[in-house]
Amino acid sequence: MKKRKERIDRGIKVRSRDIFALCSWREMLYLAAPRLLPVVVCLALPLFLGVYWQKVLLSVAVFALLAISWDILAQTGMVSLGQALFFGIGAYFAGALNHYFGLSPFITIPAATILGGLVSTLLLLPVLRLRGIYFSMVTLIIPLMLVRVIEATKVFGGTEGLSGMTPLPSRWLELYLILGGLLLVLFGFRRMMNSDYGLVLKGINDNDRSVINAGINIYWFKIQALFIGGAIGAFAGAFMTHVYMFVGMPVFALDYSILPIAAAVVGGPGTLAGATFGAFLLVPLSEALRGFGGLRIVLYGVFLVVFIVALPEGMFHYIQRKYHQFERWVEVEND
Amino acid sequence: MTDAPILKVVDLSKLFGGVRALHRVNFSLNPGELMGVIGPNGSGKTTLVNLITRFVKPTSGTVFFKGKKISHLPPYKIVRLGIARTFQMVKPFYNLPAYKNMIIPLYSPRMKQLASGRYGDRDAVALDLLEEVGFERDAFVAYKVAGALPQGYLKRLELAKAIALDPDIFILDELFSGLSLAEVATIVPIIEKLRMAGKSIIMIEHRLKELFRIADRVIVMNFGEKIADGLAAEVMASEAVKSAYLGTEAD
Repeated sequence: MKKRKERIDRGIKVRSRDIFALCSWREMLYLAAPRLLPVVVCLALPLFLGVYWQKVLLSVAVFALLAISWDILAQTGMVSLGQALFFGIGAYFAGALNHYFGLSPFITIPAATILGGLVSTLLLLPVLRLRGIYFSMVTLIIPLMLVRVIEATKVFGGTEGLSGMTPLPSRWLELYLILGGLLLVLFGFRRMMNSDYGLVLKGINDNDRSVINAGINIYWFKIQALFIGGAIGAFAGAFMTHVYMFVGMPVFALDYSILPIAAAVVGGPGTLAGATFGAFLLVPLSEALRGFGGLRIVLYGVFLVVFIVALPEGMFHYIQRKYHQFERWVEVEND
Repeated sequence: MTDAPILKVVDLSKLFGGVRALHRVNFSLNPGELMGVIGPNGSGKTTLVNLITRFVKPTSGTVFFKGKKISHLPPYKIVRLGIARTFQMVKPFYNLPAYKNMIIPLYSPRMKQLASGRYGDRDAVALDLLEEVGFERDAFVAYKVAGALPQGYLKRLELAKAIALDPDIFILDELFSGLSLAEVATIVPIIEKLRMAGKSIIMIEHRLKELFRIADRVIVMNFGEKIADGLAAEVMASEAVKSAYLGTEAD
């Protein structure tokens, strides 16, 4: 007897799609658990970690923010290879404001977020009409170009960078600021991408001519998406400036461009939650592999390849599917 | 009514490199009129649409909409003024359910202008509009992912997206092609209804029989030029048209 696998939506999933009359704790938990999990993890995890792993968690949050920023742009049809641009501009804005004007981190971080978003949008404005790989190439080149500009003109301390930034008042504040920021960005922009506004952004990726044909100025929407992505990246950069108490050319390093993409792809692009999940997976992994010395990057690469081949849809989509559906084997009728 | 054309095309030309895709085309469309555009493949019918909606920039010539020049505006502004088109190659958002496809035109600034800033639940409006063009509500067709729908539904979705914008002029680019007679028969009443609502319609069509049944007037294109303009019967009788296009069709 031949059998085939059948996937069925869980009853609660089907009912909760439109109707919100849930009667049992079990059902409410089913809907609430996936939302509560990241909140609980982000808020409770720092309490159980040592100083070293707290630092790792910090950089997890930073890469998660960059991955979310990448994902928002990718969903709007702009595949960026230069998250380092947003990160670096935010970092330099915060550094310069603090170094030259002596402003407190509580002013420089929000200011750098907004200014960083604006400046990165302005920098990419001329190439907004480019699509696909052409847009990606430009985003890859601009941060590399800015590094050379800083090196050649010796602005903002040149190759030395600027040091002696004001640190944030406490280690705990640092940690909860970035984790709080991450949760806010994750839930806020997930909501945005699922709204009608987000649908227009996704439409631009899917079929931009059809969006134009609805009387919508796609360039204006792309600018808005760029500002959002840029501001998220700049926030991460500004924050790191005050953590390291230093800003220099390494903020435009390729790491900040490539790792977020890896995180988003392994985690599952198109959901933002997947990007966050990917960062929580990859950054600690990279730390844990430090024991292998020179082989670290090889093992890391092998891990990436295995994951992308085995789960091309991304971890998050896989888990989501398992959560909402169950599978069973059914007999194939008269075949 | 008929003395003030809603759309006027003057000397519209397009060169693609050295290729003359369209050469000095003139016509005007009266309010409430249904005009057919016919011609052999490659005669410049779709280019004409692309130039009017400015998805392609004209080499020379002007387009007037309600007496105002529109041929210098970007395409999204032309849509906002009230000219909506469908594409010959349907352009749905394949990953979205059919009714979510409708959200994007419903999100359009044109809707905000029309509803003076107030509009209801877009999902509900989308489902109503889709039911009008024949997405059976009972069968939940509107909830299916657009990529999984057959061609007939995609064409109707394309039409519904144009209807959602509530334009003054519809430009329908080969809406009937690839559809069965039965499917065409379900779309014709929708078009008749639009006409009764006073909309002007330009239809590019290869399905002449179906077109002539509903068109007030037909223009014929050949090698980028307009070679005839008039009632369907007159145009069919013209020698130029016969030799260029219809003569090759067995009768």
